[in-house]
Order: sequence, then C-alpha cells, then structure tokens
Amino acid sequence: MPETQPIIEVSHLTKEYPGVHAVNDLSFTVYDGDVYGFLGQNGAGKSTTIRMLLTLVKPTGGNIRIFGKDLSAHRHEIMSQTGAIIERPDLYKYLSAYDNLKIFARMSGRRAGRALLMERLDMVGLADRWNSAVKTFSQGMKQRLGIAVSLIHDPRLVLLDEPTNGLDPQGIADMRNLIISLKKDMGKTVLVSSHLLSEIEQVATRMIIINKGAKIAEGYVHELLSPSNTVVTIETLDNTLAIALIHKEYPLLRPVTDGMQIRVNMDKARVPELVSRLAASGAGVVSIKPRHSLEEYFLSLTNQGQHVEPVADRVI
Amino acid sequence: MWNLLQIELYKISRRPRTYIAFAAISAIVFIFQFAFKADGASYLNLMMQSVQDSFEIDRSKAINGYFMCYIILNTLLVQVPVLVALIAGDAISGEANMGTLRLLLTKPVSRTQLLMSKFIASFIFTVILLLWMAVMALLLSMVIFGVDDMLIFRVKGEESQIMQITKDDIIWRYVAAFGYAAIALTVIAAIAILLSIYAENSIGPIVATVCIVIVFTVVSNINVPIIDKNVKPWLFTSYLVGWKGFFYIATTPDGEPIKGSLENWPAIRNSLFILIGHIVLLLGISTYVFNRKDILS
Repeated sequence: MPETQPIIEVSHLTKEYPGVHAVNDLSFTVYDGDVYGFLGQNGAGKSTTIRMLLTLVKPTGGNIRIFGKDLSAHRHEIMSQTGAIIERPDLYKYLSAYDNLKIFARMSGRRAGRALLMERLDMVGLADRWNSAVKTFSQGMKQRLGIAVSLIHDPRLVLLDEPTNGLDPQGIADMRNLIISLKKDMGKTVLVSSHLLSEIEQVATRMIIINKGAKIAEGYVHELLSPSNTVVTIETLDNTLAIALIHKEYPLLRPVTDGMQIRVNMDKARVPELVSRLAASGAGVVSIKPRHSLEEYFLSLTNQGQHVEPVADRVI
Repeated sequence: MWNLLQIELYKISRRPRTYIAFAAISAIVFIFQFAFKADGASYLNLMMQSVQDSFEIDRSKAINGYFMCYIILNTLLVQVPVLVALIAGDAISGEANMGTLRLLLTKPVSRTQLLMSKFIASFIFTVILLLWMAVMALLLSMVIFGVDDMLIFRVKGEESQIMQITKDDIIWRYVAAFGYAAIALTVIAAIAILLSIYAENSIGPIVATVCIVIVFTVVSNINVPIIDKNVKPWLFTSYLVGWKGFFYIATTPDGEPIKGSLENWPAIRNSLFILIGHIVLLLGISTYVFNRKDILS
C-alpha cells in the first residue's frame, strides 16, 4: 500500500517519571488518511504518548513533528488543525450542549454561527437536546458531544484516546462507525487508542502495539493480523492420539500441549481440514478455538501482566 | 485574549456559586442596616463612652449613610477574601476536577494566555463584587439613613480618636478606598490561582487560601514589637486594611481637619506598591509553574 504524506512523526520519544519510563524511545509515523490504531494494555503508555502529542505532557526526550512541523515550535498552528478526545469527554456540566460547543469553537479560533453549531449537534444526534445541561446527559451522549467539540473547527487530525470507554454496546458500535466515517467521508487522519485488539482491528488501517512504553510491533493491520498466523487451541478426548495425527498429517506444524489443551500455529484456512481429520481419527474433538497469534500474544500481555515474549519473532 | 476573557466571564456568570458571594454580601449589609436602624444609638454610645465628656455631637445625624458604609466595610472587607477565594481558587483546579482543563489546553491558546484570562476574570469578579458592596453598603445606606458629616473612630497607640469628615469631602475617599480594596483583594485572587494550579479539586486551594489569610491576619494583629518590626512588613495582610488610610484626615496644629487631605499618603502609596508587587510576583510564579506542569487530570 503506498504511503502518503506523514502527518505525525514521532522519533525516540521518551517520558520519564521518577523511577518509571512511561514512554521509552518510541518512534512511529502516522500518514495522511490513516486510521492509526494505538494498542496497549492499561498503563502501557498510550495516554502519556497522546498527551505528549497534544502538549499536555512535556517529553523528557525525543521529537514530535505534526504536519511536518516541530510541535513545540509551532504548537498554536498545529493545535488549530487538531481535535481530540482524551479518555472521557468531560465538558461543562452546568452549561448546555450548545453553549459547550460554542465555547470550544471560539477557543479553537472559530466563530461558529448558530447554523453550524446546530448542524454539528445534529451530526451527533443531539439537535433535539441542544439546550439541555450536559449534567443531564448519558455517557454516550457526552461522548457524542465530545466528538462534536473535537470536530467543530474542522481539524485535519483527530486524536481519540480510548473513545469507547464507558460506552454501552450500541455506543461502541456508533463510535466505531463514526471513526470509520471520519476517514471515509470527511478525509480526516485519525489516531485512536484502545486496550482492545478487536476494536483497533475493526477501524484501523495501520497500528502499533506498545508495552511498558516501548514499541512491540507496528504495521498494516491486515498484515499484522494475517490469517497465516493463527494459533489453534484444541481440546480432545484423546490428546495423545490427536498430537500423533497432527505430526503425521502436518509434519511442518509443532503442536504443544498446554494442560488439557493442544496449541498449534497454522494458517486459518487449513483449520476446517484439521477438524475433519481429528474427527475422523476418533480423537473426539471437544472444542477448537482459532485465534490470531497477535491476539494470543496481546492476551498474554493482558492476562499475565509482566510476561513479554518478543512478538516480532512470531508475527512480523 | 479578549475572546478567552469573554469565555471565562461567561463561565463564571453561569455558575451558581458566583451568586453566593452577592447573596452573602446583601444579607450581611441588610442585617447591619436593620440593626442600626433599630438601635444604632446604643452602638454610638458604646463607641463614644471614652470621649463623651469632651466631644459633643448631634447623635441623630451621626448615624448616616457614610458612617454606615464605613462600619460595614470594616466588617465585610475581612470576609470578602473568602468570597474571592471561592471563585479564584476554582480557576484551574475546577477545570482539572471537571476534566475540561485537558480539553482547554489542546486548543490553540497558550497556557499563559489561559492563566491570564482566568486571573483577569477573577479581578473583574472582585471589582464587580466591590461595586455591589458599594451599591448595597453606600448607596442603599445613603437612601435609608441620609447623608451628613462622617465620624471616624480610631485607636491610635494608647489613645482613642474621633475624626470628623465633612459630607462634601467623603465620596472621593470611598472611591479611593474601594479602588484600594480591589487591589488588596486581587492579591487574594492571585494566591488562590497559584494554589489552584497545584490542585485537582477546588476545595483544597479555597481552604488553603482562607487559612493563609486567617493565619497572616492573626499574626498581623499581634501587637508585639519584635513582630511589628520583623514580621508584619512581610505579610500582605498587614496592608489589606490600608483602605482606611483614605479616611484618616490630616489636621492643622490646632487639631482642625484639613479638607481633601490625607494624614499619611506615602504610607498608603507604599502599601499599594507592596500589594501590586505581591500580585506581579504571584502571577509570575503561577505562569512559571503552569507552563511546566504536566496535565495528568
């Protein structure tokens, strides 16, 4: 896939707090038109990185360029073309949706008239509640208003830090559609962070995985999540027989036993064939779970906390 | 900057807590006016008991609008710092608590601009509060009690004094006194804003500001020579009541008041410089700290 103009260029970014490397020598590039997934478990350094991109947190080292310009030297110009939601979309609860939008439009340097403000409220489905105080809104409504606030000045770049946190399933689906629409219909470049691979997988074109502030993997989502890197977890009534069958029929695969389960790395397209052969062998298939090796790896980070096995050896 | 200031003033005007200050001032002034209307003579007798043999006054005219305002200001200007802290202490910490600070700081405005707009908004709030006091304590009292010459009771060293200011020599003194009070209260606002940068909820900076004012005021009122000489000059609270200097009139060697005069203008001027110095220093520290702060709220 051809790469276009870089929008965010981060090189050797570091943020140290006493005794902690929140972000450790992180480098990545987001290109024009990307929906760039920023994936990591809680505490991995995603929010700190996004806050550094928004000048909320000062880097200890490294360099950030946005729209080809140094962030610290051209902050005003860059921020006037950037919109953001950082974790929760907290707004002035005692003001109406309309007043909140108007205030943040003016702060963004845009004198938005009533027609534009109402159009943006309509875009996020809040036109009928324009005059209601934000304190009466549900979390989903606040999130939608937050999106309207972040887009009111028509930014080129939108940074969304965990935008689905606290949303119900419908809210999550709406947010997902909105992110896709930001790129597809509005031509925005989006950086979206999440601790859920499935969320990133559904919206992002490119992604990075970070752990303990450092890059673990980066690339196109379709490449990182290629079906050829599938981990199949099998549970049978006779694991010895099943392993013998795999050794015989698939000599290149290396099945390993993990308690009552067998795990084997293989191409997802070959899973149905394996199931048929195991069933025919009489091993008695109880369950079979194909999962992408990246997802498997990411789950290991989430479940085991400190366990880190270099993913690059297995995935990229 | 004007844009930011308008936004800050709009936010202050839309918060219910803003009006607590105006309601509190109105309530206190009404209570004073009611009490003095009902039984002001008792207060006057108490004040004059030490000089009643040597000083003859028309007591029916002594309690008038000008005198009432002076009495009310003596009480209120001790309490108003709390009301100023209520707004200024919330300036940054309130935004951090609501989560809006991080959103504000992603907008194309500098932190210094944001801080200054909040400081100027707090200053404007303070001035409006004082104007409200002027309306309630001075104008309303003038309507209720009428106008006449004004008596000022003063304890100077070991002796008690009563000074009389003619009614045509008073208004300019109130204008100057309210102006001085605005600067004095702005020091409180600057302290509250500095403290609010460090906090993520409003209660801490508001309480801390009030505690500082109380402790410093108590120390300012300890009349011990060593504290008079070595500590009081360094406490801003020693200068908060400097507005009274506008009502201390100079006299001739015969003891006759000189119309339009001030007993000690250099002292008032120095106090003003010290207060303005405090404001500049506190704002400088606030700007330095705020520009270097990582926003983690």
